[in-house]
Amino acid sequence: MMSWLDYFRSTRKPDPPSASAAKERLQIVLAHERIGRTREDFLPKLQQELVAVVARYVAIDPGKVNINLDRGGDMSTLAIEIELPGPPATAGAARTSAAAAR
Amino acid sequence: MAQVIVVTSGKGGVGKTTTSAAFATGLAQRGKKTVVIDFDVGLRNLDLIMGVERRVVFDIVNVIQGEARLNQALIRDKRTEGLAILPASQTRDKDALTREGVAGIIEELSADFDYILCDSPAGIEKGALLALYFADQAIVVTNPEVSSVRDSDRILGVLQSKSRRAEEKREKVKEHLLVTRYDPNRVERGEMLKLEDVREILAIPLLGVVPENESVLRASNTGTPVIMDTESVAGQAYKDAVGRFLGEELPHRFLEPDKKPGLFKRLFGGRAA
Repeated sequence: MMSWLDYFRSTRKPDPPSASAAKERLQIVLAHERIGRTREDFLPKLQQELVAVVARYVAIDPGKVNINLDRGGDMSTLAIEIELPGPPATAGAARTSAAAAR
Repeated sequence: MAQVIVVTSGKGGVGKTTTSAAFATGLAQRGKKTVVIDFDVGLRNLDLIMGVERRVVFDIVNVIQGEARLNQALIRDKRTEGLAILPASQTRDKDALTREGVAGIIEELSADFDYILCDSPAGIEKGALLALYFADQAIVVTNPEVSSVRDSDRILGVLQSKSRRAEEKREKVKEHLLVTRYDPNRVERGEMLKLEDVREILAIPLLGVVPENESVLRASNTGTPVIMDTESVAGQAYKDAVGRFLGEELPHRFLEPDKKPGLFKRLFGGRAA
């Protein structure tokens, strides 16, 4: 039985429910992991091949290749950032983005 | 040169990953460049607790096997400056983790970070041994419960015999006790080992006591290290522990049971028990 003191204590700071966030996060991460179980991880190979293609045209530093992934429910985004060396005026990062629905 | 800290316990489910996430975040919040490594190959979870599970591309095994560079595998935390996560592999065989491979990773990280936290898997098998091998300091996470205290004692023995410092006969690994899931009310009722009992049995310096607290589940649900919940007692207890780790003298808090209900409450609103 709750006393009136407990009533004030429990209503002082209502917390947003977090269980739904847990369920949603699990559904996304598990969906991706279950696919991964039956199929080899293609990301290392994809990266190697992409870098090899770019290297055919420009001398690039393999250490300056950044790969970012954001797994989503309906769509994942893979962003591969390759820093291209070159004359100062045109130097900079060229960004190749591939959105992959998986 | 970075300090290597292992978060270990022997027993599973006592709060190693919760502690690793909270501690790494706390150190970074204090301006220390920190990287936290998940050593639980096959059962990674640090990524979930840190809330970066959607961003994992490469992992520690990819780096060891030369499929990715360390910099590509590190996930920079978007909430906390100076904090990075190196995930464990979820699909690879545990044997992919080699001592030479881990040595190379730790050496490379040492150049860029102040602290390297190693989140150990449970047990005393290969992953756990590798997590503690390079340690300069150890945070031993213990619940006030018989099996956890026994396993902590066991892991302390392993630290003293199987770490690199032990093998090279250097100064021993600095040990810190972190008692988690402590419930002062149950201690008062005589249902739970007292803090003093745990300290007496394990006899290593006490870094902190984290009370049993709802905020820990909430933090894991949302993928937010509990230390970021600054209102919660668990978050505050971790913050204190980080402060002590960095040399501050802070009194231990949250060790007392809830106040006894007053006369009014006992007469009109108290529980039957």
